[in-house]
Amino acid sequence: MKNDSRARNHPAYWAFIVHRASGLLLALFLPFHFWALGQALQGAPALDGFLHWTQQPLVKFGEIGLVILLAAHMAGGVRILMLEFLAWRDWQKSLLAVAAGLSLAAGLAFALNVV
Amino acid sequence: MGDLGDLGQQYELASKMAILKEPVDTPLAPRLAPLPRTLTVRVWRGAENGGLQQFEVPRLENQTVLDVVTYIQRNLDATLSYRYACRVGMCGSCAMSVNGKARWTCRTHVANVATDDTLEIAPLNNLPVIKDLVTDMAPFFDKWAQAKGQFKGARTRADEFARVLPDSPQRKEVDAAIECIGCGVCYSSCDVVAWNPAYLGPAALNRAWTLVNDVRDTANAPRLAAVAGDAGCHACHTHVTCSERCPKHIAPTAGIAGLKRAVAVAAIKGEL
Amino acid sequence: MSIRTQVLLWTAQRLSAAVLALCVVVHLVTMIYAVRHGLSAADILGRTRGNYAWLIFYATFVAAVAVHAPIGVRTIVGETFGLRGAFVDVALVVLGAALALWGGRAVLAVFAPL
Repeated sequence: MKNDSRARNHPAYWAFIVHRASGLLLALFLPFHFWALGQALQGAPALDGFLHWTQQPLVKFGEIGLVILLAAHMAGGVRILMLEFLAWRDWQKSLLAVAAGLSLAAGLAFALNVV
Repeated sequence: MGDLGDLGQQYELASKMAILKEPVDTPLAPRLAPLPRTLTVRVWRGAENGGLQQFEVPRLENQTVLDVVTYIQRNLDATLSYRYACRVGMCGSCAMSVNGKARWTCRTHVANVATDDTLEIAPLNNLPVIKDLVTDMAPFFDKWAQAKGQFKGARTRADEFARVLPDSPQRKEVDAAIECIGCGVCYSSCDVVAWNPAYLGPAALNRAWTLVNDVRDTANAPRLAAVAGDAGCHACHTHVTCSERCPKHIAPTAGIAGLKRAVAVAAIKGEL
Repeated sequence: MSIRTQVLLWTAQRLSAAVLALCVVVHLVTMIYAVRHGLSAADILGRTRGNYAWLIFYATFVAAVAVHAPIGVRTIVGETFGLRGAFVDVALVVLGAALALWGGRAVLAVFAPL
């Protein structure tokens, strides 16, 4: 029999979920991102056309989400690199808090600038 | 209640009265007034295809989950199967899933885990269920062997003793991980074990780590090859559930991270 | 897949992660700065056209992503759906190549369109 959510309810596991979910969503987003930028091959007006579409509030909201996903995945990844490559220390639990904080800060900075 | 006779009779009466909601004061020994509570305990019965069976167990002031299971088997259903040995937190035999978390039942006070007077007791996860609360520990120990978790030395009785300084960095790593008694709680708690049937698991890898750091051991090269790869240390995603649940406060996560580093070094040196 | 290859995949994942950590910091800072007062094609292309520094930066970024993403997806597919083996590995090499090609196209698109 397998574990249910009662066994998984602790911070390091949530960090894993955030890391995996954000990585997967970013991987799915990338082809679209590359296509959008590739619009520049048709010249600046084609790229502008796409950028105009991104002005819609829902898309802006999505962009803020993407920035948070990217910042979270990166911060979580740096945390994993530190846990794996630096010898084990007691303060490593706080790495999680730092990672979370940095991601939110990045998202907020983007949100303030783009809105 | 009338004349109740000797103390033993009164205590027996008190236990039976536990199912009543009002406290009963006996004239000779008021302190025997029973706690007016019962535990509703759901226990896994059967093998993989089984179900939870409900029992009502008297709730006492100082009571462990092992006490509860033992009460059920002795008083309510003699067909209940479960394992225990030392019942004092030394052997690890009584490990079970209590309210979803793997624990030593002899060291788990009911007061700490029974919210709303209920308990759910099930066999350890990630292991085949033989019957009721008893799992087949063979896969757990097989993986221990696959991880080359056995010491292999080169000295004989004719040689000098090996000198291992207790405060050397390597020995400190070993000491932090050596107290594992193979109870299976970490293995049972690990989600990667559930998602990846070949994954060796935290206990086997933790033991391998203690041997990698044992300066007397001579089998390091094959051991590092045994713990590397998709079924080895590289499959660990640092959920840290194993370290959270270990009753001996060992952190297999730390050892597994160390194995990743040791394997990387061996790979660079072409020793893998 | 041999143990050596599996270890190599893990190492490539961690190395590309380190490269990406740097790239992502630069990318986030750039985006946060660039979206002030709105973003237009002229803004983007004014920065990237003919700029070799941005070319090298984004080419590195794309290469690292093309290594990092498929290895991550491989683990997710294996653990979530139990799909493992040569078929999955080949599919993910194809994914990596696709990301490299589309990404490379995008990088060239903003560096020197047509």
